[in-house]
Amino acid sequence: MTEKKTSKQMLNELVAQHYADAGKAKAEGKLVAWATSICPQELLEAMDIYVVYPENHAAAVAARKQSMDFLERSESCGYSIDICSYARVNLGYKDIMESDACNIPAPDLVFCCNNICTTVAKWYENLATELDIPFILFDTPFNHRYEAADHTIAYMRGQLEHVIGQLEEITGKEFDYDKLSEVMRISNETAYWWRKACFTARANPSPLNGFDMFNYMALVVCIRGKKEGRDLFRLWYEELEERAKKGLGPWKEGEEKYRIIWDGIACWVHLSPTYKILKKYGVNVVTSLYPDAWTIFYETNDIEGMARAYSYYHANRCVDYVSDTMLGLAADFNIDGVVFHSNRSCKLMDFTVYEQQRRLEEKAGIPSVVFDGDMCDPRVLSQAQYETRIQALVEMMERRKAAKEGR
Amino acid sequence: MLKETIMKLEERALNPAKAVASIKAECGKDAVGCFPIYTPEEIVYAAGFVPVGLWGGRTEIKMADKFLQGFCCSIMRANMELGMRGVYDQLKAIIIPGLCDTLKCVIENWKTAVPQVPMIGMVYPQARWNRAAEEYLEAELKRVRSDFEKATHTLITDKNVEEAFAVYEEYRAAMREFTEVACDYPLIIDARTRHLLIKAGYFMDKKLYMEEIKKVIDGLKAMEKEAFHGVKVITTGLIGEPAEILDLFRECEISVAADDIAQESRQFRTPARKEGSVWEKMAGRVIDQRGCAFLAEQKKSRGQMLIDMVKEREAQAVIVCMMKFCDPEEFDYPVYKAQLEKAGIPVLYLELDQQIESFEQIRTRIQSFAEMLI
Repeated sequence: MTEKKTSKQMLNELVAQHYADAGKAKAEGKLVAWATSICPQELLEAMDIYVVYPENHAAAVAARKQSMDFLERSESCGYSIDICSYARVNLGYKDIMESDACNIPAPDLVFCCNNICTTVAKWYENLATELDIPFILFDTPFNHRYEAADHTIAYMRGQLEHVIGQLEEITGKEFDYDKLSEVMRISNETAYWWRKACFTARANPSPLNGFDMFNYMALVVCIRGKKEGRDLFRLWYEELEERAKKGLGPWKEGEEKYRIIWDGIACWVHLSPTYKILKKYGVNVVTSLYPDAWTIFYETNDIEGMARAYSYYHANRCVDYVSDTMLGLAADFNIDGVVFHSNRSCKLMDFTVYEQQRRLEEKAGIPSVVFDGDMCDPRVLSQAQYETRIQALVEMMERRKAAKEGR
Repeated sequence: MLKETIMKLEERALNPAKAVASIKAECGKDAVGCFPIYTPEEIVYAAGFVPVGLWGGRTEIKMADKFLQGFCCSIMRANMELGMRGVYDQLKAIIIPGLCDTLKCVIENWKTAVPQVPMIGMVYPQARWNRAAEEYLEAELKRVRSDFEKATHTLITDKNVEEAFAVYEEYRAAMREFTEVACDYPLIIDARTRHLLIKAGYFMDKKLYMEEIKKVIDGLKAMEKEAFHGVKVITTGLIGEPAEILDLFRECEISVAADDIAQESRQFRTPARKEGSVWEKMAGRVIDQRGCAFLAEQKKSRGQMLIDMVKEREAQAVIVCMMKFCDPEEFDYPVYKAQLEKAGIPVLYLELDQQIESFEQIRTRIQSFAEMLI
C-alpha cells in the first residue's frame, strides 16, 4: 500500500503538473489562453482551452529570484518602472519566452477580467495587439456603491453571452453547456474547501501559517475548475482541522504571540525575509482578503449570479465594503494588528490603504503599519524599513494586549 | 481684436480660480466640477450649471498625503489637496469617472476627505465592441442624471439634455475647426497659446466661450497663412502641462500641428452619430472614441492614428507628454513608440509632473530634439 500523500506534496506536484500540462497541451495543438487570476475561467475550461495565469507565473518567477531579467527586458521596450511588476515581468517574458524558474506556452488568445484592476485590461490589450491574437475582455464596472446596479448586472450578463459567441468562433465548435455546468459545480466546491481551509486559522493558536496560505494560493488560481484542485483543498482542510483539534500552532518551533491580517499582495520576490522577520517576533499572518478572493459562489448554471460574484471581488468594491469586511475578519480571527503592503505595483490597493488604516483604528482600536514593497520587483523593499515597521507594530500590539488584560 | 480675444482667453486659462469665481456674475449660473477624463458635461449644462474642468494645478501637497501616496499622479493629488483645503466648496457638485485605478480610489476617498462637496461617481464601459456596453452606458448616463438631480435639487428633462447636447456638439465642431485653422498660424497660435485657448473653455459657459473662440477662428482666417520654418509636431498624452514646457516649444521653434492630448482634442475629436435619442448619441460618442488610453480596444489603434496624423498634418515628429504615474498612458507608450519608430517617425518622450519646478533638463532634451530635426 502506498502512503497517503500530504497536501503539501500534492500541492508541489500539482503546480509542476499544471505547468508541464500547459506545455504539453500547446505541443498537441490545443488552444492556450493567458488569463487574469480571478476571471470566469469556467467558460474557457468548458471549451477545453488550456488556461495559464501570467500573474501566477510572474509570482513563481519572482519567488525564484528570476524576475529581474524580464523586468529589464520590458523596461528596455519603454515600460515605466512605475507600472505593475506582474505586467512588466509578463510583457518581458512574452518576448523572451524562457525562464529557468518555470515556463508557460505562448497564448492563442488572452482572457481578461478587470475585476482585479483596470491595469490588467491595459496589459492584455498590449498582449493582444503585439501578438495579434483575440482579446476577450469581461468588464466588471467598479462598484463605488455597496451593491451592483441592475444595469451593471445586465451589462455583465450580456458580455458573458457575447464571450460565449467569441469562444465558439475561436474554437470553431459549439459551446459545451454541459461541461460548463460541471466546471461551475467543481469551481464552487473548490472555492468552498479553499475558504474552509483558510478559515481554520480562526482557532487559537492558528494551525495555519499565513505564508503557507500564499503558497496554496498558487494552485487556487490555476486549477479552481479542476477536480484535483477541489480534492487538494479538501485534504488541506482536513489536515488543518486535525492540527487545530490537537491545539497545534502555525510553526514547529515558536509560539504564535500575535495574530495579524496581511493586506495586499505578498512580496513574492522577498518571501523568505518578510516571513522570517514576522516569525522572529512571533507574528503570524492568520488571514487577509485572499481567502474570500477566490470564494466565487453562485448557483450552477446561473450565469447572472456568476457575473455578480466575479464583480464582487473586493478590489472592485467600495471602501465601505472593504472596511466592513476587514473589521469582520478582525473580529472573527481575533486579530491583534494589520500589516499593509504599500505595493508600488498596485495603485488600486494602495490608494485606499490610509483610509482603511484609520477606520480599523477608529472603529476597533486595531493598530497597523504600512511598509513599502513590491510583489515582483526586488528593488523596492528595504528589509531594514520592513523590520522597523514590524517592531513598531509589535510594540503597539503589546501595549494593546496589556491594556486589555489590565497589565 | 484677435490679439485681445486671445489674451482674454489666455488669462482665463491661467487663472482658473478667478475664472470660476466670475462665472456667476457673467451668466448667473453656479459651477460644477468635472474630473478627467470624460464626464457627461451635457447633463450638468442641462441642469443650468456651468461644468468646469478639474485638471489639477500647481499647489503644495500637504493634506492629500493623508489619502494618496507620493507615487500617485500629480493631477489627482492636486485635486484631492484643493478639495480638502476647501477650494472647491463653491462647486455645487463634482463628477468623477472611474476610468483608471487611481480615479476609482479618488471616488472612494472623496466621500470621506471632501464630504462638503457632493460627488457623483460614474463608470464607463470598457468592452465597447459589445452592444451591451452601449445599453449599459445609456443607463449609466441616466443614473448620473438622477443622482445629479438629487445632489443639486434640480429636475433635468430629456428636452434640457437635448438642448445642452446641441450646444456641446456645436462647441465640439468649433474646436475641431479651431485646431485645424490654428495649424496654419503656428506663430500667433504657438504651442502655449493653443493649449491655453482650448483650456479656457473649461472655465466658461460653453455658449459664451464659443463666441470667443469663433472670433479667434474668424480672425485667423482673415489673415494670410503664416510661413513657418520650425518643426511641426503631433503631441500625445494626458495633458500638455505645465505650460512652461510649451514655452520651451516656442523657444525651440516647435509648433503643434495637431494633438492627441486627453485634455485637448480627445475631448472633442469624435462627432456624435446622427441617429438615435440624445442618450444614445451621448453614449455613442464614447463608444466611437478611438485611440484613447482610457478606453479599451480589441486591438490598439493609437499608433496608426498617430502615424496618420503625422502624415495628414505634414508633421515631422511626435512628442509624448507623459504624466508621471499615469498607468493607462504608460502602458500605451511602448506599443505606439515601436510603431512610430517602425514608420520612421522620431519620438521625444517627456516625463512630466504638474509640480515640476526645474525645466533645465527638459529644455536640453527639447533643444537637442529640435536641432536634430531642423
